[in-house]
This record gives sequence, structure tokens and C-alpha cells, in this order.
Amino acid sequence: MKKTLLHRLVALFCLGWLLLSFPLLALWDHPVRVFGWPLLPAGLFTIWLVLIAALAWFMERGEG
Amino acid sequence: MLSAPLVIFTAFAYLVLLFAIAWYADQRAAAGRSIIASPWVYALSIAVYATAWTYFGSVGRAAVDGIWFLPIYLGPTLAMILGWVVVRKMIRIARTYRITSVADFIASRYGKSPLIAGLVTLITVVGIVPYIALQLKAISSGYAIMTTSPGESSLVEVSWWQDSTLYLALALAGFIMLFGTRHLDMTERHEGMVAAIAFESLIKLVAFLAVGLFVVYGLFNGIGDVYAQAMADAELAKLLRFDTGGHADYIFSQWFALILLAMLAFLFLPRQFQIMVVENVDERHLKRAVWVFPVYLLLINLFVLPIALAGLLFFGDNGANPDLFVLSLPLVTGQEALALFVFIGGLSAATGMVIVEAIAVSTMVCNDLVMPLLLRTRRFRGRQGGDLTRLLLMIRRLAIVILLLLGYLYFYLAGEAYALVSIGLISFAAVAQFAPAALGGMYWKGGTRAGVLAGLCAGFAFWIYTLMLPSIAKSGWMSTDFVDLGPFGLAWLKPEQFLGLSGLDNLTHSLFWSLFANIGAFVGVSLWTRPAAREASQALLFVDVYNRSHDHQPVFWQGRARIEDLKLLATRFLGPKRAEQLFEARPGPPGQGARPDRGYADARLVQRVETQLAGAIGSASARVMVASAVEEEDLGLEDVMRILDEASQLRVHSRALEDKSRSLEQATRELRAANEELKSLDRLKDDFMSSVTHELRTPLTSIRALTEMMLDDEDMPNEQRQEFLAIIVTETERLSRLVGQVLDMARIEAGHADWHSTELDLTEVVGQAVNSIRGRFEEKNARLEVHTERPSLPILADRDRLVQVMLNLLSNALKFIPEDGGRVDVQMTDSERGITVTVADNGPGIAPEEQPRIFEKFHQLDEGRQRGSGLGLPISRQIVEHFGGRMWVESTPGEGARFSFFLPRTSGASAPEPPSGRPARERNEHHG
Amino acid sequence: MGSKILIADDEPNIVISLEYLMRREGYEVEVARDGDEALSMIQRDRPDLVLLDAMMPGKSGFEVCQAVRDDDRLAGTQILMLTAKGRETDVAKGKALGADAYIIKPFSTRELAEKVRSMLGNEP
Repeated sequence: MKKTLLHRLVALFCLGWLLLSFPLLALWDHPVRVFGWPLLPAGLFTIWLVLIAALAWFMERGEG
Repeated sequence: MLSAPLVIFTAFAYLVLLFAIAWYADQRAAAGRSIIASPWVYALSIAVYATAWTYFGSVGRAAVDGIWFLPIYLGPTLAMILGWVVVRKMIRIARTYRITSVADFIASRYGKSPLIAGLVTLITVVGIVPYIALQLKAISSGYAIMTTSPGESSLVEVSWWQDSTLYLALALAGFIMLFGTRHLDMTERHEGMVAAIAFESLIKLVAFLAVGLFVVYGLFNGIGDVYAQAMADAELAKLLRFDTGGHADYIFSQWFALILLAMLAFLFLPRQFQIMVVENVDERHLKRAVWVFPVYLLLINLFVLPIALAGLLFFGDNGANPDLFVLSLPLVTGQEALALFVFIGGLSAATGMVIVEAIAVSTMVCNDLVMPLLLRTRRFRGRQGGDLTRLLLMIRRLAIVILLLLGYLYFYLAGEAYALVSIGLISFAAVAQFAPAALGGMYWKGGTRAGVLAGLCAGFAFWIYTLMLPSIAKSGWMSTDFVDLGPFGLAWLKPEQFLGLSGLDNLTHSLFWSLFANIGAFVGVSLWTRPAAREASQALLFVDVYNRSHDHQPVFWQGRARIEDLKLLATRFLGPKRAEQLFEARPGPPGQGARPDRGYADARLVQRVETQLAGAIGSASARVMVASAVEEEDLGLEDVMRILDEASQLRVHSRALEDKSRSLEQATRELRAANEELKSLDRLKDDFMSSVTHELRTPLTSIRALTEMMLDDEDMPNEQRQEFLAIIVTETERLSRLVGQVLDMARIEAGHADWHSTELDLTEVVGQAVNSIRGRFEEKNARLEVHTERPSLPILADRDRLVQVMLNLLSNALKFIPEDGGRVDVQMTDSERGITVTVADNGPGIAPEEQPRIFEKFHQLDEGRQRGSGLGLPISRQIVEHFGGRMWVESTPGEGARFSFFLPRTSGASAPEPPSGRPARERNEHHG
Repeated sequence: MGSKILIADDEPNIVISLEYLMRREGYEVEVARDGDEALSMIQRDRPDLVLLDAMMPGKSGFEVCQAVRDDDRLAGTQILMLTAKGRETDVAKGKALGADAYIIKPFSTRELAEKVRSMLGNEP
């Protein structure tokens, strides 16, 4: 495996862990709604989606 | 409500369909056209992670705790971010050493210890039984709500032989036996099973999305509407915040614990290991699956919160079970077809989990629990005995039935007491105990067998004490006193507040203590004990699995093994056909191969047999069997180091060999190129000789013909004779000129030419050449003019050579200018770097395609009537290049040609002779 | 009536000697300076024999020879190739293209006259 991919994955893992734990997660804990969604689930699903997108980008790029 | 026969029939038909898919996939696999060899199918099959617990339980948990159902799915997402690192290594190790279960994985790493294998299997069975019970419970309650009218209570007490759940369990057991243990050949993968699981994953996703869309858009006006109504309700609004209970102080650590738990469980649940590692077709599929699987999880969780909120809003406080909202919502609104589809989705989730789990656990029970016990009996250790493959299959089938009956028993005894989610988390916590040993084993060479045993025992003990026993107590099967007051009234031993640690919920509390004890004991004891030789060698093989290509694996074995004995052993466990294949296909250099003439196998063959056996009966049992069949010498740590050393030396040698062969290939290529070059030089020489011959023979022809005729014809008139003699003289001159030029050329090319470089004035040199040829221009009535910017252009060069170049260019121009109005201009331009001399004529010019070729030897333009030797221009160019300059031609056909040469001012210095002007013979480095 | 001979060569001095030689032998002589001129004169004047130099500007002697042999109307034209290269391959090439005879430069005038005579049937 190329070192850069390994490093990227580890960095993404750390970022994901940070975003999905406290205290950063507490930022979303407010009784507000965005686009019909309450802020907390909206935030969680957004982070989740962004992490997957980044992962997909890392893994699929460089494939023939 | 729906009629019971309809629901049963549909469920049964669905199972038949699954079986058909599995059968078809197996057929295709047998034909070599696998339908599961795709990253998409692989990712879908990994989604067996989403069980009935997800399907029904997530909504239940969301209805009680709001957003807290999510960490169970965020954990695996994080795990998959590192999947390409961690899971790929697991796959590589399992494939290389034929590992077929998580118990085997851990046991093999720590010296193929049967004790560890058995312990891991035991923990798994104890931990997994509740999980299977959970699936049965889900189907059973789903079935109940489908077939009872809303008013009726579905909880009618029945005796166990009347309980449909028992028959469901038995039906599933039969189904799984058909799926997973049809093959006699157990080391192969279960292609059919994987295809069916992938299909089930698709069905459960579609069904869940369908009910989600129905609830959100059929019963409400979209997600926004559901959320808006929920937020308007003070009680429901709480579900959309973190703090839903009162345990505010510790919610952060609880959240963290859930994510960690799900992450570890995802990696080491027997069914996940089976699907992700054992059934993996191609390592590269993982590359896509690592992100497709999280997408699946995201999609299946999208509607969990809306459905939960919608159910709560819809049913209010009338006590409907939130676990079954996905069924009850469509049922009460009359959407019976949708309800049936959703039920099938739930059936998919449950059966998928049970099928894979049962297959995985039955393999573990057979290989790691039953086999070692059987092997202790004399009958099995003996070298005789028939084909044991059928026996192995029987053990596995029995294990499947017993596992499902245990699941049913747990369901029957404790099932009603706990919500789905709690049961699942208890299982997760048990499986998480494998993480330190497995992950530690993959990345840390220092872990020892003793350390793992200590860690597993400590972790498992804490799990039982702090999580399992309290859950049993709460189910009402034993007194809760020891939970509430502590055993023997010792409050500091209270299982859910161990050492007085309070504030955590019971799961986080248990996870903390069990993993703390587990990791502490594992690391502590590992550091304290010395690994045995086999542990050390397995550690090297696991941790450095990427570093070695298969051929250069060190073989940690020494002793004497008769091929006959090995063959007998292989035949007993693998069947005659595969055993035969194993001994036929023997790769490797002859020097390292077996020595069949003497009937003894080498270490590599012994290892191959052991690895194949490991696929069938687990590495620990395989070790025992091989040890019993051959004469082994005990392996010491020093032996391990020596073997490793030899292997790495072998690797170094083979690498050196590869390098050598590469450089040999390179040399061959170079030789071939050189040979080609020589051949083409030879052709050039041949052409050159042919041209020289032609040029010499042409004047000779005229001379000979004319002299012969004069000799024959004595009466030839005098004028005629004079004319012929004049021609003969011209042709003789031409001959001597040619001979001179050829010699000149040869000398320059060979580097033997004499160069007399002196300080000289280029205008003077040009003037000298012009003066000597002016006469011939006047004969032709042509104009010859010299233009120069400066009166003197000093340069260091050989005067005679430069005159020769000028004469060549001028006589060349003279040949091509028209008879009438011919004109040649010589232009000298001076620049900082050097001097450029241009000879421009008003002749016919040279076609662009001819221009590069006119400096070739003996190349003559077709148009030319007047012929030179064809050597003038090449010689001139060589002279100019000798002085570090260059010569070129520009021409537009019809407008004359301009021949130019450039001489650098430092030409004398750059020439490879000292600028003293001393005549010297020297080699010309520019040409050759 | 004397036979008609076409001399095709680009070397003026060789042409002079050949022309003198053939006239002395009593033939009617025409001269072409390159391949194209030679071919058109063969087609127009139908010489009985062509002394054809292999290396000429424009069309080479080989090409002229091939063109003549491809033209049925010129079947009676005999071709004597002259070459200064003298490599085996050149001789073989000329023969293959249908030259009737081959002489390598420099040639003996007597031998050439003899050959021409025999090709034209002893009759100037």
C-alpha cells in the first residue's frame, strides 16, 4: 500500500473520531431546525455522509 | 390482521427463494463463473451486520433514547475507514494460513494453542446465544403482531411444544445445514450462502426504505412534518437532544463507549469475520466495500428516527411496542401488503444473521471445541482410520441444531424481559473481548499465549459478572439482591458499580472494566512471560504477513516425515481427491522439493499439509495431528531465529538472483542493439564502397574507351584525337581529386587528419578562396561578391581546411547557378559567440525533403548535370564540426540555396588539441 | 539499312566515347541524357538496341528497362545495360528486369562492339 493512502486513511479516521465525539458533537445539540431537520440528527448524518464521501474519494481515486 | 397461513406461506416461499438463489450461485461457482465476485455483492453481504436488531430494535431504541441508536452504526463506519488497513491484513493472514474462524485466528497467532481456540469459542457461544435469541424473538413478535387483531393480546401463554418459535428455530437449523454444510469440501467458501445473504441485505434495505417512505409521506407530510410535530411535543423534543435520561454527567463517555464497542464488535463478530474475511473472494473488493457498506448503513438508518417519532405521535401512550412500529404502523392503517413485505424484510435481517452466525460458530465449535477433545482419544490419534470428512460434517450439523436450540431456550427463558437493543449490546460486549488479542496479535510481536489467556479470562469474567449476571437477575431468574446490594452485602463489589464506580450506565461500566482487565492482563502477562518458539514464529508470520511473498515464507518445522504418513493424514481429513491434488502439485525448485525417492517430505511439504488441514479442522487441531503423524524435533527460540535468518538470506539471494537476471537481460538487449548497429554500419560501409566504386569507374570508363579507340584507329583526325586527349586529362584530374577526397574523408573520420590551427583572419581566408575560384566564375559570366561587416574577423582554425570548405561551397554554387545571370553572394556576419559565413546562389534551389540528405556521402541531386564526387559537402561539414561549429542549408525551390556555417569564436580552444598551433596528430572526438 | 542505337547515359564524356564508337561501327546513333528522355525516345524512335546506363537522374536504367519490357509494342527493342557498380545484385537485377545483356564499366571497346554486333545479328 502506498504510504500516502495509509496516512490519509489514518488522518480521516482521527478526524471522524473527533467529529463524532465530544466536545465537537455538543455543537449540534440545540433545539433548532434546518431544512425541516432538527439540528442534531441533521449534523450527525451530515458528518457521516462527509466521512463516507471522503473515504470513497480516497479509495476510488487512482483506480484504472 | 393477516391470516396465519398466508404469513407462514409467504415466509416459507421466501426461504425457498433464498435457497434457489444459493443453489444457483453454487452452480455458477462450480462452473467457474462466480456471481459473488464483485465488490458490490461483497459490500451487500457485509451488511449482514444489520440484523433484526437494527431492523426492529433501532426504532425501539430511538423511541426511548432518541439519537442514541446511531453509535452502533457510526462505529463500523469508523472501522471501515481503516478497513483497507486492518481488514485487509486480516484477510491476507487468513488466506495465507487457511484460517476459517475468529477463534482459529487468535489461536493460530499464539502458537496454535488449542486452549485459546477453545476459550474463544466458549466466549463466542455464550455471547452469541442471546443474540440468536434476539433474532428469534424479533420474528416471533413480528409474526404475532401480524396475525393477531389489534385488540387481542399477543402474549398468550403457551407450552413450549406449542410455541411456533421452536419450530421456526428448527426450520432455520435445517435450512442452515442445507446452506452451510452441504459441501464435503469444507475449506471452500460458501458462495451460495454469500449470494443469498447479499440478496437478503437488498430486501431488508428496500423494505425498510419502503416503510419509511410510507410513514413519512403516507401518514405525515414529509420528514419536516414529522420533526415539526415532534419538536412541538415537549416529551418528544427531548429525543432530539443528547441528554434523554438523567445521566448528564457521563453521556459523553457512554457515547464514546458505544462507538468503540460497535467498532470492535463489527470486526470480531463471528459472522462479520466469516463474511468479511473468510468468504472474501478478492482482496481488492474491499477497496470499494469499505465505503459502500457505510452508505448502506446510512440509508437503512435514515428513517429510523422519523418512524420512531411518527409511531409515538400516532399511537400516543396506548402502549404499542416501539420495537414493532415498522409493522404496526402499516397494519393499523390497513396497508397489509406493505406490512407483509416489511415482515419479509425483518425475516431477511433475522435469517441472514442466524445463517451466517450459525455457520461460523458451528465451524468454531467443531474445529476448536470438539475436535481437540476427539483428538485426545486413542482412536483418532492413531494413524489408521478412514475418511473423517463425513464425521466433521456431522459435528457441524449437530452444532448448528444445538446452537439454535440454545438460542430458543434463552428466548424462552429470558426473552421477554429485555428490549432487543439491550440483548444485542450484551453480545457485542462479549465479542469485544477478542479485540486486544486479535489486534494486538496483528501488530505487536510481543503478545504471548499466556498473556492472551489471562486477558481473555479476565475480560470474560468481568463481562459475566458486570453484565451477564445482572441481566439474568433482572430477567427474574435469580435474586437481584447481589446487584442492588452487592454479593454478600459487600457494596464495593456491586456488579454495576464495581469498586464504587458509579454514574456510568451498566454497559459502559461493564465495557470499561472488562476491557481494562483484558488489556491490562494481556499486556502485563505478555511482557512478563517469554514466548515459546512456536508463538514467536507465528508472531513473525502474522505481523509481517505483507513482507513475504508466499515462496519465501520461512518454514518453522524440523524433523522427519514420511510422505506415506502425511498422505494418509491428509486423506483422512480432506478426502482422497484433495489429498491427491495436494501431493501432486508441488511447486518450488527441485532442490527444495520433497525427496520422493527416499519417501521423506521436506519441511515445506509438511507445512503445506498442515496449512491445508488447518482449513478443515482448525490450526490448533491440525498442529496436533501433524505432530502425531511425523517425527518432529522440538523447535527452540534459537531455531526460530535461525530459520528466520535463513529465510531472509534466501530472500536476499533470490532478490540478488532477480537483479542479476535483470542485468543479464539488460546486457543481452544492449548486445542485440550493438549488433543491430554494427549490421547497419556494415550496410553503410557496403553502400559507401559501392558508391566509391561507381565514382571511380565512371571516369575510368571514358579514359579506357577513348584510349582504346585512339589506339585502334590510327587514322583518327588530329582534332578528334586532341579533343579525346583533353577529355582524358579532365577525367584523370577528376579521378585524382576523388582519390584525394576519399582519403581525406577517411582520415577525418578515423581521427587521423592533420590539423594546423593558427590565429587567422576569416575575411582573408574567404578572400583567398574567392580569388582562386574567381576565374571559373568569370568563364561562366557569373557574379561573385563578398560582403562583410568588419575588415578583420580573427579566429583560431586551420587555414587550409577553411579554404577547402569555402572552395567546396563556392564550386558547389557554381555548378548550380544558371548559365546566364548567375550570381553568388558570400556574407560574413559576426556575433558575440562566433562568425557565420553564408554562400547564397540563385540556382534552382533544393527541395525540402532533399535538404537533410545533401550532407550524406555520395548523395547527388537528381537535377545536377555537372557532377562532383558527392564528398565535398560531407567533408566540409566534418571540418566545420571539428572546430565546434555547424553547417546547414536553407532553400526555397526556385529561389536558390543558402549554405551557411557557423564557427564559434573559441573554436580553436574547444578543438581537442592545445591552441599552440603545433601540428599534432590527434583523435577526433566529434566523429567516428 | 543500318540499325538504330540509343545511347542513354548522364556522363557526357562516356556519351562522347560511346557515340564515337557506335558511329564508327556504322550504326545510326541517338543520345538521351536521362531516364525520362530515354524512355520517350525509345517509344518515339523505336531503336533496335539501347545502351542503357543503370544509374541516371530521373528514371534509373532499371526503371526504364522495366517500362520497356512492360510495353508489348516495344518487344523488339534489345537492351544492353551498362553499370559502374558491378555488384552481383545489380547484374541479377538487370537480368531479372529483362535486360538482354549486361556490361560492366569500364568496358573494352572491342568487346562492346562485338556484343552489339552479335545482338544485332552481325549486321551493322
